[in-house]
Amino acid sequence: MAEQVNLSRGFAATITPQQIAQLERASRRENLGRSWYKFSRNILSVVGALTVLALVLLAVFAPYVTPYPKHAGAFVNFAHAKEPPSSQYIFGTDQIGRDIFTRIIFGLRSSLLMGVMVLVLVVPVGVLLGLVAGYFQGTWIDALIMRTTDIFLAVPPLILALAVASVLEPNLWNGMLAVSLMWWPWYTRLVYGLASATRNEFFVSAAEVTGASTAHILFREILPNTISPIFTKMSLDVAWVIIIGSMLSFVGLGVQPPEPSLGTMVADGARYLPDQWWIAVFPALAIVVVVLGFNLLGDGVRDMFAAEGV
Amino acid sequence: MTTEILTATALKKYFVVGRTGWRDRQAVTVKAVDGISFTMYEGETLGLVGESGSGKSTVAYTTIGMYRPTSGSLKFRGQELFQNGGQRPMSLRKAIQIVFQDPGSSLNPRRNIKQILELPLQIHQPGKNRLEQIVHLLEVVDLPPEYMYKYPHMLSGGEKQIVAIARALATNPSLIILDEPTSALDVSVQAKTINLLLRLQKEFNLSYLFITHDLSLMRNVASRVAIMYLGKICEVAETAGFFQNPLHPYTQMLLSSIPVVSVEEEALKPKKVLSTGEIPSPVNIPSGCSFRTRCPFAMDLCSKIDPVMVDTGKGHSVRCHLVSQPAAA
Amino acid sequence: MAGSPVTGFSPAAPLLDVKNLQVHFAVYGGRLRVLDGVNFSMRSGERVGLVGETGCGKTTMMKAILRVLPTPPAKIPAGEILFKGRDILKMRDHELRAVRGRGISMIFQDPTAALNPVFSIGEQVEAVIRYSTSPGKASSREETHQRAITALQEVALADPERLLRSYPIQLSGGMRQRVCIGMALSTRPEILIADEPGTSLDVTIQDQVLRLLRKLVEEKDTSVILITHTLGIVRETTDRVYVMYAGNIVESAPTARLFSQPLHPYTQGLISTVPRLTGGGIVSGIPGRIPDYLNPPSGCRFHPRCSQMMEICRTTKPPAFKMGDGHEVACFLYKDEAK
Repeated sequence: MAEQVNLSRGFAATITPQQIAQLERASRRENLGRSWYKFSRNILSVVGALTVLALVLLAVFAPYVTPYPKHAGAFVNFAHAKEPPSSQYIFGTDQIGRDIFTRIIFGLRSSLLMGVMVLVLVVPVGVLLGLVAGYFQGTWIDALIMRTTDIFLAVPPLILALAVASVLEPNLWNGMLAVSLMWWPWYTRLVYGLASATRNEFFVSAAEVTGASTAHILFREILPNTISPIFTKMSLDVAWVIIIGSMLSFVGLGVQPPEPSLGTMVADGARYLPDQWWIAVFPALAIVVVVLGFNLLGDGVRDMFAAEGV
Repeated sequence: MTTEILTATALKKYFVVGRTGWRDRQAVTVKAVDGISFTMYEGETLGLVGESGSGKSTVAYTTIGMYRPTSGSLKFRGQELFQNGGQRPMSLRKAIQIVFQDPGSSLNPRRNIKQILELPLQIHQPGKNRLEQIVHLLEVVDLPPEYMYKYPHMLSGGEKQIVAIARALATNPSLIILDEPTSALDVSVQAKTINLLLRLQKEFNLSYLFITHDLSLMRNVASRVAIMYLGKICEVAETAGFFQNPLHPYTQMLLSSIPVVSVEEEALKPKKVLSTGEIPSPVNIPSGCSFRTRCPFAMDLCSKIDPVMVDTGKGHSVRCHLVSQPAAA
Repeated sequence: MAGSPVTGFSPAAPLLDVKNLQVHFAVYGGRLRVLDGVNFSMRSGERVGLVGETGCGKTTMMKAILRVLPTPPAKIPAGEILFKGRDILKMRDHELRAVRGRGISMIFQDPTAALNPVFSIGEQVEAVIRYSTSPGKASSREETHQRAITALQEVALADPERLLRSYPIQLSGGMRQRVCIGMALSTRPEILIADEPGTSLDVTIQDQVLRLLRKLVEEKDTSVILITHTLGIVRETTDRVYVMYAGNIVESAPTARLFSQPLHPYTQGLISTVPRLTGGGIVSGIPGRIPDYLNPPSGCRFHPRCSQMMEICRTTKPPAFKMGDGHEVACFLYKDEAK
């Protein structure tokens, strides 16, 4: 039923809820178009996005897209050990005869899982603390949160991660926990700076003096204005987390054999350089591609959220 | 007609901006508002005019509740606005609203117009059909309903300011503080915005505390004008009489500095008082009358004694030794 | 008098002559046709005002004259900018440097942004003087310093020695603007472009700065282009005014004449909306808003907002009709009266 909104005066005498809904849809379409224009203006961002998409698809469907899924586990085939790249094993085989391509894709799986999980743990906590501290800048809340953050930042990050990973049982999940512990303060710091600047904007004052709740001001007024740097940092951080995760596995504190991990593969393969170069080089290249893909994507996300205007 | 809506008595707002000395830490204070008193009546537009450092915005922000005064009283319809440290009651938040100076900063760039107008409605007019109210609000300020889903960056400066006005209207207030609402706008846009404000004033019986640095604008908008210099009011008068007979030397200097577009206006500009000197830093206000460092008529007395407000009749008050020699001197 | 950067120029010709200048910008959704064939000329020693509202293209035009528009996104599909008969758009880098150094100087609206906060006033003023000195005539350090002191004295700043050692943050807004004026005039430019000078200052300070600027250009006989949206400042400072609307010059006339008998409906509307000290309320002025440069109106760009719009205005862009006494107006209302 068309409920009519009657207007007291002149122009545009009536507008139906249907028309309003139509307006909303049109504006959503336009905003999408505009975002895509800004993202895609730099072709490298699109390349980054496609790379990341391809990597994610490969990782998710690893058992179906790899030629030797069994090679991802405890598998030994000395007859084919250290074979160079061929049509049978496109990236060659490792020291105990496992297909390197298969193991890279499965390694990618744990790397991406780690990247995503760490951010899922870290971002909400870091952002919330930063928002609260930034909005209550100058009060004891600010002091408490930011000094705690400083303490975490004062511990060398890798040492912290190593400590946690060595106290607990070394595996993928504890590796994630370790990385998360060293990671959240960066989000707090980032959001703190943005929030404490945004809270001085007049639109925040306008909401305050009208009587808006603190939750409204934090999440509806301030948070949306910090989202762009947060997203940008997230996409760059996926790459960093993957590197740190690889480092942890490299020193034996992350994913444990026979589970494949890019870092462990590079570490093991390094012993066979330069003669059996492919054992180390292809996993290393995989890390490069992942990191580069997420970095380019991050640039695109930054452009997409960049200040409006032309 | 002459019911008081806002009354300030000896209102002071000092800011501590730093400390000096390393043993006896002396607070460095800015006396942004230094004991001002004024009265505003229902339905009128009081123009509060001043340059940077005059404290006019501090008066606005104190009235709206962003700052607590250091001392003095501020009453809204007889009710003290700052009581026993508590939060301002919702009824007062509804009754007093503000339009800020900078259209760029006063609307959240990440929220669309519908969301911006929704907030005050949600808080102060719960339960009603909100979409209908928003369409109605937009209509009241002459914006088409299509603007609901626009974001602030898609609007011109004037339109942003009109949305800010609609947001202030949303709570159905009695007093709106206009903090230089048109100073960032072009003249033709300013004209439109001002005329909208005047129409709304009549339609909704609003009182405006209009803060500006633009005397020519005040001439056409305000019913009474108060001139501020370094935290104090130096002259208050009914608009018409004021422009014919400005008494305070600072007011005369202000008038003579205005660039005008016609010969008739040129005739109104005081010729004797040309602008000289710099506005002193509000951290270091001159002794006695704070204007004496730039005043062409400064006397010995002016550096010693700060003049008091003297009523010269017909609601025209001025704070200058030229007009009043205190008995003590 | 500093040496002319461009030689072989006849004094009878205009000093600056902008002909049919077009500037477009590439953006999301197409191309903004910002300047739409602007004609603008000034003689040596003239004080010319360029008035128009935000977004009318005045700043774009000045950037084009100084050739500082970023290309892309900007594009100049047509037009010439003749400075003493030479087209700035076609100049080589060294000629352009000479024009920017000694031919045309600029002062900006915001003196805070125009001065670099990490260098002392002295370093900045002296750098400008050094750049403007012709190669081969390098002046000594002492001489540069002296010229810097003179430059500050000219703008009525006390104790220039101490001022040269201070940093922008130690100065008030008015003093910074004086320094900028002193800097701009220290190179003895032939044209001074003043973009909203004093708009960011308080009224009483703005008045002092403008009086000083008027006095200095009078003394030095500098040609001035004053860009502003404040009509009162134009009236009190210039000899002749160009009124710009949506990338077109709609009217130009001697200043007094423009204010006493504006012809173009836009100019009339604009002047009528200025709040008067004499009171009488504020005229609501011109309906509508500045057009979208992506799809500007056909014909006369003002026609959708014009109360006296005729059929021809929709289809044809009006040329500038000469009304005598140096008064030109681009409006078909005056087609038959044109001389």
